[in-house]
Amino acid sequence: MSKARLMQGNQACAEGMIAAGVRFFAGYPITPSTEIAEIMADELPKLGGKFIQMEDEIGGMGAVIGASLTGVKSLTATSGPGFSLKQELIGYACMAEVPCVVVDVQRVGPSTGLATSPAQGDVMQARWGTHGDHGIIALSPGSVREAFDVAVAAVNFSERFRTPVIVLLDEVIGHMRERVELPEPSELKIVNRKTPTDPPETFQAYRPDADEVPPMAPFGEGYYHHVTGLMHGYSGLPTASAAVTNELARRLESKINRAQDEITLYTEDGIEGADVVLVSYGGSSRAASAAVKMAREQGAKVGMIKLITIWPFPAEMVMAKTRKAKTIIVPELNTGQLVGEVERYVGRDRVVSVTRVDGELFKPEEILEAILAAGGAK
Amino acid sequence: MSAIDKYIRQSALPHIWCPGCGNGILLAAILRAIDKLQLDQKKTVIVSGIGCSSRASGYMNFNTLHTAHGRALPFATGIKLANPELNVLVLTGDGDSTAIGGNHFIHSCRRNIDITTIIFNNCIYGMTGGQSSPLSPTGAIATTAPYGHIERPFDIAALAIAAGATYVARGTAFHTVQLTDSVAKGIQNKGFSVIDAITQCPISFGRKNKMGGPAQMMQWQKDHAVFIQAAAKMKPEDLAGKFVIGELHKSESPEYTAEYDKMIARVQGKGDQA
Repeated sequence: MSKARLMQGNQACAEGMIAAGVRFFAGYPITPSTEIAEIMADELPKLGGKFIQMEDEIGGMGAVIGASLTGVKSLTATSGPGFSLKQELIGYACMAEVPCVVVDVQRVGPSTGLATSPAQGDVMQARWGTHGDHGIIALSPGSVREAFDVAVAAVNFSERFRTPVIVLLDEVIGHMRERVELPEPSELKIVNRKTPTDPPETFQAYRPDADEVPPMAPFGEGYYHHVTGLMHGYSGLPTASAAVTNELARRLESKINRAQDEITLYTEDGIEGADVVLVSYGGSSRAASAAVKMAREQGAKVGMIKLITIWPFPAEMVMAKTRKAKTIIVPELNTGQLVGEVERYVGRDRVVSVTRVDGELFKPEEILEAILAAGGAK
Repeated sequence: MSAIDKYIRQSALPHIWCPGCGNGILLAAILRAIDKLQLDQKKTVIVSGIGCSSRASGYMNFNTLHTAHGRALPFATGIKLANPELNVLVLTGDGDSTAIGGNHFIHSCRRNIDITTIIFNNCIYGMTGGQSSPLSPTGAIATTAPYGHIERPFDIAALAIAAGATYVARGTAFHTVQLTDSVAKGIQNKGFSVIDAITQCPISFGRKNKMGGPAQMMQWQKDHAVFIQAAAKMKPEDLAGKFVIGELHKSESPEYTAEYDKMIARVQGKGDQA
C-alpha cells in the first residue's frame, strides 16, 4: 500500500517538527503560517505536549525559550511582521544559547505587505535581524517533502549547536499541496542536546566543550545556574570584562561557522561542464529547475545548485561549484539579497541577479531568458 | 549562618544596588517566604525581566533566568507550562511589568497560570537614571518629567484583580513581616499571584522628589501604609493620600496548567470527560 499523502508545505513542516521531537509550541496567528500553529494545537496534546497561543508574537518567542530551558524541544512559527517582532528574543536565544526553531513563512513586505503572496525578502533579516554579532542557521526548503526534511534538520541543528534555527518557507511552499511519502520515524536521525557530565557542584553552565558548544542542564534538576542576555562568563553570571566579552562574542559565531560542512545542505544538477550555473533556493528554485530543463533542450550547458542551507552561507561549496562557470545566475523573489553573498565570494563580474517583487512567482521563461542572454545556448 | 544563606549565590556578590535601596530588603523577604514554605530548591525557578529589580535573580541560588525587558512573564509561562512541577517566581519592576510588559501582565492574570509575580515598585526607572514609569505618581519629578508627571499612575492591584489574578497583595520594604507572609501566601495560591512590593529608590526618585534619605523614605512607607483590616474601619476621607497593604484579593479559579493537563487526559481518552 502506498504511503503517499497529499499535503501542504506547512503541514509537512509541522509533521517534521513533531517527528524530530518538538513537544512545545507557542505562537500567535499570522498568515501564511497559521496552519502550523493549528496543527500543533491539534497534535501536541495527543502526545502529551503543550501548545499555547500567546498574547503577541514576542510572548510566543519568550515562552518557547522558557520551555526549551526545561529540556523540551520548542518551536514557534510566524511570518514577516511577526518575525520582526521576535527579533530581540531571537538574539536572546543566540546569547543564552537556548535551542529553538523559528519558522518564518515569508510573505511580501515590508510591513503588512501582501499577506497571502510569496516572497523571499527575509533572507537578510534571518541573518542580521537581531542586533549585535551572532552566528545563525537558516534553512529553506523548495518542496513539500523538503519542508519535512528541513524541519527535522532544523530541530537537530538547534539541539546540536544550542542555537535558534530559522526555517525560511515562503507562502507558496507553505500553502502548496504535493504528493509526498514521508519517512518512517525509525528512518530519522534525531539529535538531542548534550547534558552535563559534571556534577552540579562543579558544573559551569557556559564552559564550552572542544566543539565550542557547552552542555546544557535542564531547569529543575539541581544545577543552579544563571541564564542571562547580558555578556557572561562560564558561570553564566554577568560580566563587563573585555576578555570574556570577546571570547563569548566570537564563540557565538565560530561554534556555528566552524561546522559549515556539517550544516551545509544542498542539491546540485549538471554542474560539471556547465557554462552557466544557477544558484537558487526556496520556492523560486522550482521555476529555476524548469528553466534549466528548457535551456538544455535548446542546447545550453547549464547547471544548478539548490541551496537548502542559506546561513551560514556555504561560501566554499558555492565557490568550488562555480569555479569554471562563465556566468552565475541568482534568481530570488526579492530585490537581490542572497546574490550579494554570491558576489562576495565569486566576484561581481560573473554574477547576474534576477529578481521579482510583485507577489507573483517567477515564470520559468524569465529565468530562461537570463540563461540565454548569458550565452548559455549554442 | 542565617536560614536564608543557602538561597544566596555568594559568588554573584557584591550586588549592584545603590546604598539605601530597598531591593535587598524585598529579596530577603522573598527568600524568607521560600524558606518558610520549605520549597524544593531544585524545583524552584526564579525569572526576572530587566531593570534594578530584575538583577535580584542573579543573587539567588536556584535555576535563575534574567530575560529581556518586559518579557519575564512569557519566559516564565513557557517554563511553567512545559514543566508544571516547577515553582515559578517572577521578579519584575513597575516599568518592566506595567509598561513594556503590560500586555503579558494582564494576560498572565487572565490565564491564572500558577506563577507568583513580585513587583519591585519604586515608581521610577532606576537603572536608567530616573525616568517616569506608569507607577510614577502624578506630579512626580523624573528626568523625563522635569516639570512634573502629568499622567495618572496605574493601581497595580486593581489592574491585576480586574484582569483575573487570584491572589493580590501589597507590601512595602518597611513592613517586611507582612511582605514575607504575603509572598508565601502568593506562592501557596494555585494560580496567578501578584505582590505589589513598594520599595524606595533614594537615588533616582527620592532625591528629585525631596523625600529625604532612605530612612525618611521608609518612614514615608510606614506613615502612608494602612493595613487592610484597619482600612476597613476608616472613612474614605481618612484614607486619602494613603495606600492599603496586606491581602487585597483572593479568589478561586481554574489554574491554567492544571486545566491543560486535564485537556491532555481528555484528548488521550484517559478520563476526565467532564
